[in-house]
Amino acid sequence: MRAMSRNDLLLFLGFTLVVLAMPLWLQPFGAAYPDLLQRFMIFGIFAVGFNILFGLTGYLSFGHAAFFGVGSYAAVWSFKLLSLDAIPAMLFAIVVSGLFALLIGYVSLRRSGIYFSILTLAFAQMSYNLAYSVLTPITNGETGLQLTLNDPRYLDAAMGSAQAGQPVPTLLGQSLGGFAGFYFCAGFLILAFFIAQRITNSPFGMMLKGIKSNQTRMNYTGFNTKPYTLAAFVISGMYAGLAGALLAVTDPLAGAERMQWTASGEVVLMTILGGAGTLVGPVIGAWLIKYFENIFSAINDTMLHRFWGFLPEGADNVMVAITSKFVGEGWFLTLGLVFVLIVVFLPGGIMEGVRRIAHLFNRQRKSPDRPASQVQPAE
Amino acid sequence: MTLLKRGLSRRRVLQTGMAGIIGTGVSPLIFSKGAWAQEFCNNPTGDTVTFGLNLPLTGAYAEEGADEQKAYELAVQHLNGEGDGGLINVLTPTALKGNGVLGKKVAFVTSDSQTKADVARAGATRMIERDGAIMVTGGSSSAEAIAVQGLCQEMGVIFMAGLTHSNDTTGKDKRRYGFRHFFNAYQSGIGLAPAIVDAYGADRRAYHLTADYTWGWTQEESMKAATEGLGWQTVEAVRTPLGAADFSQYLTPVLNSGADVLILNHYGNDMVNSLTQAVQFGMRDRQANGKDFQIVVPLFSELMAKGAGANIKGIFGTSNWHWNLQDPGTVAFTKSFGAAYGAPPSQAAHTAYVQALLYADAVERAGTFYPPEVIKALEGFEFDGMGNGPTLYRAEDHQCIKNVLVVQGNDAPTSEYDVLNIVKEIPRDAVAYDPTIFGGDLGPAEPVPMC
Repeated sequence: MRAMSRNDLLLFLGFTLVVLAMPLWLQPFGAAYPDLLQRFMIFGIFAVGFNILFGLTGYLSFGHAAFFGVGSYAAVWSFKLLSLDAIPAMLFAIVVSGLFALLIGYVSLRRSGIYFSILTLAFAQMSYNLAYSVLTPITNGETGLQLTLNDPRYLDAAMGSAQAGQPVPTLLGQSLGGFAGFYFCAGFLILAFFIAQRITNSPFGMMLKGIKSNQTRMNYTGFNTKPYTLAAFVISGMYAGLAGALLAVTDPLAGAERMQWTASGEVVLMTILGGAGTLVGPVIGAWLIKYFENIFSAINDTMLHRFWGFLPEGADNVMVAITSKFVGEGWFLTLGLVFVLIVVFLPGGIMEGVRRIAHLFNRQRKSPDRPASQVQPAE
Repeated sequence: MTLLKRGLSRRRVLQTGMAGIIGTGVSPLIFSKGAWAQEFCNNPTGDTVTFGLNLPLTGAYAEEGADEQKAYELAVQHLNGEGDGGLINVLTPTALKGNGVLGKKVAFVTSDSQTKADVARAGATRMIERDGAIMVTGGSSSAEAIAVQGLCQEMGVIFMAGLTHSNDTTGKDKRRYGFRHFFNAYQSGIGLAPAIVDAYGADRRAYHLTADYTWGWTQEESMKAATEGLGWQTVEAVRTPLGAADFSQYLTPVLNSGADVLILNHYGNDMVNSLTQAVQFGMRDRQANGKDFQIVVPLFSELMAKGAGANIKGIFGTSNWHWNLQDPGTVAFTKSFGAAYGAPPSQAAHTAYVQALLYADAVERAGTFYPPEVIKALEGFEFDGMGNGPTLYRAEDHQCIKNVLVVQGNDAPTSEYDVLNIVKEIPRDAVAYDPTIFGGDLGPAEPVPMC
């Protein structure tokens, strides 16, 4: 408990390195621009948090986007009312989304399995509709909540630090645009990953895994599982709130769409795609989905023509006609196919694929003293 | 290795981790700063200049988005001197030469905004940060336009709004970097109200169904103010979510409300659905308060009229522009659009095309892509020949002041495109208004050195 095992430490350091070097190694993929990198970090945090609930306890929440959205709204309101600084906004967002998760979790966790999923879905859809139309004075509905020049910002006003021009969130006076925003979010992703790693390996994490494998037996042995599931639910709600707040920090606009059920479904997809129950899997799943959403959806016919340009005249047109169905507006089709392939052939997600490959290499080298990288159950 | 074997304490890991974050996270910023330090955001250095087209290709306004895309492609061809030159030949005054912009060939990148503000903003950011767009344009929803306009102000990139009709775009949420050619809800209200009061009488009771976002709100407000000023009463105004496919739950209460006019503040597919369902409810054959029940659609477009088919006949609305106008600009644009795509352009296509040309022209006149200079060239620019008569890009709020069309659904269409009749062309002096009534602040023109 006190010290991390060597494998965990290597995993953590490797993860840190990969994340911080993203602007370099994503360059060839056309994804190394700050906005997308920020999204990679933010949805990585969201997925890591979701995995604490789904991967460890097995409770499938279909309403996590609600916490994400609540975090965003809380952060934007903090920018409007308190200060343009990111720190109070994020604290405020985490607290508000945690409280919100406590409320919803307390009710939803009275049931398990599909009923739990339906309850969370219902709550999320309710929050979405509230944000969309009922609570328009607070959320500004479809238009989205934005910062304006004449927001009060009492804390900033009290400090006498007035800013000229369009208000943008800052960190202790430093602008958080571009790559600064990326490293800010990256720091939080690494921190979130570290905490998730510690939770997974702690007795508390063992308890959650016990709940996943057999809750009834846990109950019979005398454990009251409810506080544990509720704690896991609140923690993952706070993760979602943190992610939502970061999205508001990097782009100070909160819209109701980010609370819609499709957004809740997306984080489930991310986790399953990457490998539920693993630490790195959900992050990879999040990156993959965001990559598809932002890069594949922007490929148009001209780019395809350039890509297939080496083919003889006529053949390239055929290839463009075929491939254009899978990019641009058709990116969902590609994502769907990838998802089906992974679920059919690698039920444990991408991480299972990685493990299988690692296993293959280990067998070839015949090194009995090094076991294949930890096999974790996946669902 | 001894360190690892013993295992690390939590404190040690935190310490080294934080040091790593600070070391690797902050120091690269010092190096990368130089890479971003250019004179201004996305200063085009090569022989091409990139426009970012942010278009709703899916969602409730997808049809408008698709038509806008065609128009932009046409505009880019014309700017590069391909095709028949389109409106470049009729724009007066013009600095455009048909050899690109400032000698640079125009290229474009696109992004699907899905008719969602969030997505539109992410798409615009991508086009600015990754693809180096010098200007962002497009959009078919005011929520998108306002969101993207705010972003463009932050980034220091000019935004030429596409179809956006909310008062807020150039009112309360106006920005120095945002420009709108399209007319707005306030102008629709003061243009349309006299026409419908003439046609239906001054003692009418109106029921509003309103798309629940910035455009719907301001249009409802403007229509209410304009019709109430002429003696009408408003029974009730109900908000409906954007993209709702079924409006029957909102239409049923209309029947027993005592209203005799239904005003549909809907656009795109929403309007097609709500109008079709209202007609299916038999509203147009009804009598209420001893008068024929009427439906009014304040903002009309050919695409919607086509979608709603026969239901549109006789219904009043307003338009920014119509392909059947007879001035040389309209004739030229309809001809080149028709030649390229086999159908007359919609008002969304027209405003998109005009915005692209106006930006290019402003850059030519300014002699630079530097945004503050381009903004100066656009502000207060008076031009003619784009199909709307003499037009002024007002400096105070970046709103174009030009004629507004009152249109009516055609009772006897001769083709599938001949669906709207122009009832009246309201001169621009009648729809001009004091730019201060909506509040708001344009903000500074000097770009922030971020991008």
